[in-house]
Amino acid sequence: MNADRTFRQPGRWAVLAALVVLAVVMLFPFVIVTLNAFKSPAEYSSGGPLSLPHGFYLDGIVAFWDRVDFGLKLWNSLLISGVVAVAAVVLSVLNAYALGIGKVRGRLWILVLFLVANTLPQEALVYPLYYLSKEVGLYDSKLAVILIFTVIQAAFGTYLLSSVLGQFPRGILEAAELDGASRWRMLWGIVVPISRPTLSVLLIFFFIWTWNEFFLPMVFLISNDNQTVPVALGVLQGEKMMDATMSSASALLGIIPAVAFFLIFQRTLTRGITVGAIK
Amino acid sequence: MTPPSPGEDGFSLSPAAATGVGDGQALTDAPYGHAETVSGKRSSRRVNPAARAGAARPRGRGGYWLYLVPSLVLFLAIIVVPFLMNVATSFTRWSGVGTPTWIGLDNYTKLFKDERFWASFEHNVALIIAMAVVPTIIGLVLAAALFDYIAKRFGGRTASALRAAFYLPQVLPVAVAGVVWGWMLHPSYGAVNQIFGLKVNWLGDPDIALATVMAIMVWFQLGYPVVIFMAGLQRVDPSLYEAAEIDGASWWRRFWHITIPQIRPEIFVVLLTCTIAALKVFGPIFVLTRGGPGSATMVPSYFSYLNFFQKVNVGYGSAIATVLALIIVVVTFLFLRVQERDQESGS
Repeated sequence: MNADRTFRQPGRWAVLAALVVLAVVMLFPFVIVTLNAFKSPAEYSSGGPLSLPHGFYLDGIVAFWDRVDFGLKLWNSLLISGVVAVAAVVLSVLNAYALGIGKVRGRLWILVLFLVANTLPQEALVYPLYYLSKEVGLYDSKLAVILIFTVIQAAFGTYLLSSVLGQFPRGILEAAELDGASRWRMLWGIVVPISRPTLSVLLIFFFIWTWNEFFLPMVFLISNDNQTVPVALGVLQGEKMMDATMSSASALLGIIPAVAFFLIFQRTLTRGITVGAIK
Repeated sequence: MTPPSPGEDGFSLSPAAATGVGDGQALTDAPYGHAETVSGKRSSRRVNPAARAGAARPRGRGGYWLYLVPSLVLFLAIIVVPFLMNVATSFTRWSGVGTPTWIGLDNYTKLFKDERFWASFEHNVALIIAMAVVPTIIGLVLAAALFDYIAKRFGGRTASALRAAFYLPQVLPVAVAGVVWGWMLHPSYGAVNQIFGLKVNWLGDPDIALATVMAIMVWFQLGYPVVIFMAGLQRVDPSLYEAAEIDGASWWRRFWHITIPQIRPEIFVVLLTCTIAALKVFGPIFVLTRGGPGSATMVPSYFSYLNFFQKVNVGYGSAIATVLALIIVVVTFLFLRVQERDQESGS
């Protein structure tokens, strides 16, 4: 810390200034989108993108909201991501219990299989999935997307959770076994409660990753009633009917939930992980 | 195979585009700090070693298999069978209806002569530079500057605020990031042209479309390495930096000789996950350019999508997807090999 004084003041501020300028560049699109989502098209063409809006012009946002039935898209995204997150955590726990604690034979190969599944591009699965889902009548249903992403997320969750449960303190399980607890009860009564911080972090990751998905939901959810937020926005992008401020409003509606999750979950995550670390 | 975890950090949240292998590692940290104390107490109550050994697995291992059954069934139906079907389809000519015609390796020989296919892989290389190489390099400098300079001289809060600003684009769904930039760069009403008084068709001019997409992806991706590297730096022994500072080592020397060697595992993870993300990239291309103009920004994933659903060349699309899958798996294993060797020689 003594070295502080050897640094000349101007240099010190120059570094900070450079980083602040970069931060402003990174945030610039967020600011511009927000500013212009609240302008009327006339105001945009007269004042340009940098002028402050004269009050809250909400017509662009409302018009876009109504046009795509944005409330329904939000609900679809919430439903799909929520169900996937819970189901994928349950599957990951079951798998990791068998692989990490049960150490079933051939577990290394099973783990490699899950890892490869997680790295496979969705393009290499999409057409057969599309074809099969049509065969069984699940095409254009939320259930198809939920099933697919539950498996994809659980593949990653299994891989991660198996290594975590591999270090699970044996003593507790042995004591419970002596007390005559069944494996099923040990899983739900001991392993899951003790691993809760890790599981809740996994839950949040799965939720957000599923929320952010674009390719498979776009292929599978073609009807307006089923689309998710990213799909609705991505497909409408660049449509001729959209004027400057309505496009901006649509971008803002995509940004808001993502930033909200970031702000909400960031705390939970930090708390969840430190709870595990503090003892 | 897996590097040590980047650390307890809420910011490790959601590098949406990446496969997730990297940031998920944050979870492996410290899960059982609490549990250990519990087991410590328990161990004093333990009876005798022989009884314990007998109790460890009284019912054998067989029963644990049952817990894998639901996943294996779903996994078979949703990953394994579709993937094999895709590989099989790649040896056929098929429009998606009727019976596929077996044509052997024809799709693959056609593929290797197809200029658009090769161009799409060149664009993939460009995107690896934009999504993996450049963010890693800039991310290293930024993380080190925030950790070893800003945090020390302006306080941790300033460093955290700057880090959050760099990270914010990463929280967006990549398709939404595309919508944002599609609007910003619109040739007639887009904010960028309006502000700078330009008339550039950023995404519509074949000469600059790819460069524009690359710049957008740098913006999108940059926060991920910054956050992972800063989390990695938390576990570096501070006395290393203090000793170097007392010896009068300049910031750059500390950067080269402490920062980079100490967070090598994180650098590997970031490069690997971002490279895979770049090879898979679809959303931004779909939203921003649809592979155009012409095929100026065509990438393999979009090229296969085009063949599947628009040209109904399902066999050809399957061949592209199979090659892409193969490349990704090979790249992953190469990375892990190099990393393993690096760890061996390092320790």
